[in-house]
Amino acid sequence: MKKQVAIELKGISKRFGSVLANQNVDLTVYRGEILAILGENGSGKTTLMNMISGIYHPDEGEIYINGKLATIESPRDAFSYKIGMIHQHFKLVDIFTAAENIILGMKDGQKYDLAKAEEAVQEITSKYGFEMNPQKKIYDMAVSEKQTVEILKVLYRGADILILDEPTAVLTPQEIEKLFAVLRAMREDGKSIIIITHKLNEVMEISDRVAVLRKGEHIGTVQTSKTTEQKLTEMMVGKKITLNIDRTQVKNPVDRLFIKNLNYTNQENVKVLNDISFTARSGEILGIAGVAGSGQKELLEAIAGLQPLDSGEIIFNRPKKNLPVSFYHKTYRQVVELAAEGKFHYEDGTPVDFTGMKKKEICKLVNEGKILFNEDDVMNLRDKTPLQIRELGVRLSFVPEDRLGMGLVGNMDLIDNMMLRSYRKGNSILVDRKKPENLAEKIVSGLEVVTPDLHTPVRRLSGGNVQKVLVGREISSAPKVLMAAYPVRGLDINSSYLIYNLLNKQKEEGTAVIFVGEDLDVLLGLCDRILVICGGKVSGIVDARTATKEEIGLLMTKKDAGTKQEGDANE
Amino acid sequence: MQLIAAFINRAIMQGTPLLFGATGEIVTEKSGNLNLGIPGIMYIGAISGVIGAFFYENSGYFIPAVGIMIALLSCLIGSLLASLIYCFLTITLRANQNVTGLALTTFGVGFGNFFGGSLIKVTKSEVPYLSLSDTGNAFSATLPFAKSLGWFGKMFFSYGFLVYVAIVFAVLASLFLNKTRMGLHLRAVGENPATADAAGINVSRYKYFATCAGGMIAGLGGLYFIMDYMGGIWANDGFGDRGWLAIAIVIFAIWRPALAIPASYLFGALYILFNYLPLPMPMIPILQMLPYVITIVALVITSIRKKRENQPPASLGLSYFREER
Repeated sequence: MKKQVAIELKGISKRFGSVLANQNVDLTVYRGEILAILGENGSGKTTLMNMISGIYHPDEGEIYINGKLATIESPRDAFSYKIGMIHQHFKLVDIFTAAENIILGMKDGQKYDLAKAEEAVQEITSKYGFEMNPQKKIYDMAVSEKQTVEILKVLYRGADILILDEPTAVLTPQEIEKLFAVLRAMREDGKSIIIITHKLNEVMEISDRVAVLRKGEHIGTVQTSKTTEQKLTEMMVGKKITLNIDRTQVKNPVDRLFIKNLNYTNQENVKVLNDISFTARSGEILGIAGVAGSGQKELLEAIAGLQPLDSGEIIFNRPKKNLPVSFYHKTYRQVVELAAEGKFHYEDGTPVDFTGMKKKEICKLVNEGKILFNEDDVMNLRDKTPLQIRELGVRLSFVPEDRLGMGLVGNMDLIDNMMLRSYRKGNSILVDRKKPENLAEKIVSGLEVVTPDLHTPVRRLSGGNVQKVLVGREISSAPKVLMAAYPVRGLDINSSYLIYNLLNKQKEEGTAVIFVGEDLDVLLGLCDRILVICGGKVSGIVDARTATKEEIGLLMTKKDAGTKQEGDANE
Repeated sequence: MQLIAAFINRAIMQGTPLLFGATGEIVTEKSGNLNLGIPGIMYIGAISGVIGAFFYENSGYFIPAVGIMIALLSCLIGSLLASLIYCFLTITLRANQNVTGLALTTFGVGFGNFFGGSLIKVTKSEVPYLSLSDTGNAFSATLPFAKSLGWFGKMFFSYGFLVYVAIVFAVLASLFLNKTRMGLHLRAVGENPATADAAGINVSRYKYFATCAGGMIAGLGGLYFIMDYMGGIWANDGFGDRGWLAIAIVIFAIWRPALAIPASYLFGALYILFNYLPLPMPMIPILQMLPYVITIVALVITSIRKKRENQPPASLGLSYFREER
């Protein structure tokens, strides 16, 4: 049986500014098949599909639909070619019913008749085996139902080619099974289905063919039945590129941060963090690899005190056994309380008892270093706000993914942004502007920030300079733990290397660095150990010096991968 | 009975400008535009109608039907132009809706007072108001049999035609929003413009359409007040704070034009209640406060109940930017 071509792409290229999103992509989609588009984050999968569905227009290349050259300028054009795309983020009006959403924007020339539309929707649902009540309001629906509405919307408009962008990301395994059954029913009906994904097991299960994209280029299309997950991973991640990042050996690692069994389920009932445990050590860079949205953001924010958790512990550890207590980390009150709990001893080993002593005497003893800890000084940071964490004397720095949203205030100048960290210092009601100014000056000269002056609003700086300001501020407090989420995203090569060097310097100074990255080459070149998470679960911890890209790629995409023991990665 | 009939009669007349304003604002807000310029637009609508009527009355001859047409037309043009200012600023230039609306209200009041004052000067009048009695009479003409029906006629038929127009507009707006395809599209624009855009709905066009239509309906409220309620007399600042009451009704009527009808009359009744109660002077402002108080109560109740249908349009007050990468 000869297969009929539904869509043919020829030499499609698309750039956004200086970033090449797609380069010279040729792709063919047949009728009655399920084609999976596989690729890492930023490999250009979604951009390519957006060009077919009319969101973007290709800079170069041609799209042929049913053998005819097509110009698709808008989603409406795409509909007229019977192409419909189901986006990752649903485009639905919450207070409308399913049927109202489905007919929204339709101009079929007929009288507006909701009851008739509801019947037609019912017909489609029974044809392909959906479960849907057309009169249900969107705000009453679970995520999977909303997705069904999106698919129905496209089918109602008579689409023959359906593009689904990561449809399984938000679904439970049972719901995925149902979705796949529906997709197969559609394939039997002669429709072409393109499914964007980075989950290998799903690719193997549902697709007829797989097209692999890497860094905007089409690497190849293969028959699913004639390939393996191993081969697909190789196509997806490519050969290892050696980056010229200086990586020093880990010196005197100390367990700094124990993350124990973190769990968090969000409002949509998705388990975003699923029993995550690991240890971050001082003097090493721990990389976190994973497909975007696997829980990296929530994990870092939980440690930083911004994300409430369902269960789990975040233990900050200071190895203080037999070392003197100081007022640097503890307030007077904390010292007295801990002493009452019997946590301290004198140099000769006798337990400390402050009862009946005056404040002056106690202070003297502490300042002279005569009071020693019995055990390591540990603190649970869970459910503490960032301010409480700071008041506990824990120097924790966080470079968030959203630099100008969470990290810095775009409309404020460099000095004011420095003050976001220090505005509570001092006892005067007036803020001290001198120190932040000195700090800003130090950062500008030390990190070569290109700015007209210190009074320029940071939003006017380029992406790289914004990041330098943020990282500079965060490391200025000599943190014990430094977390950085995608710190080089959108930065050019030179700025990226500057950031790598800064992280390396922190590592040498004994900071526990946690680095969330997306480029596997960078992760392998910069980090000492790499924690791989997949779907909110730790799928493995590997030694970055010996691990391969394929190994990490597989861990990133395989949900049920056997959890490696942390011991594997130890030198 | 006579007293009650008279009270209801006055309440409905007092409520009619509010009903025009509320209907107009609901249609506007359903597109996601929070037009706080409605009080100003009502002023502009009123003064535009007054200007048209003034020139026609001074042209020598007067035919009531033509007088009505000219006043209506100039009112609609005036309020359309005022609405277009708002649309251009908030939809095309994406200016802040609150700031634009408040500025437009300030502008509208000033605009009305400036031209009203100028016309008063032109007539070399001794009194600080302008009287257009011919047009006023034409607007407030009631059905001839109203008087013969006693209190029944007083309650239901002794109004100028604009009172009925206001009810018809409110009902039509309700049908439009809930029963037509365009109404569905308009509500989608106000709820989630990105979704509407993706569905191929021209978001800007709907916003322009709803805001201009809403502004013109509201403008009629201003005209009604001057021509019918006041009998054709323009006095500067005469319209008072009725525009704000109209916006309060939108909230009180939980964005439903059909509910705006009883709500407007209730507000109208509360507005004039002090005339019918034996209260000492200092108590009157407390009574006049009631409409705002019950609006706040309504807000509290709808907020507590959290029924999604009773909430304002989800993207009310927000400018729409098409997502660009």
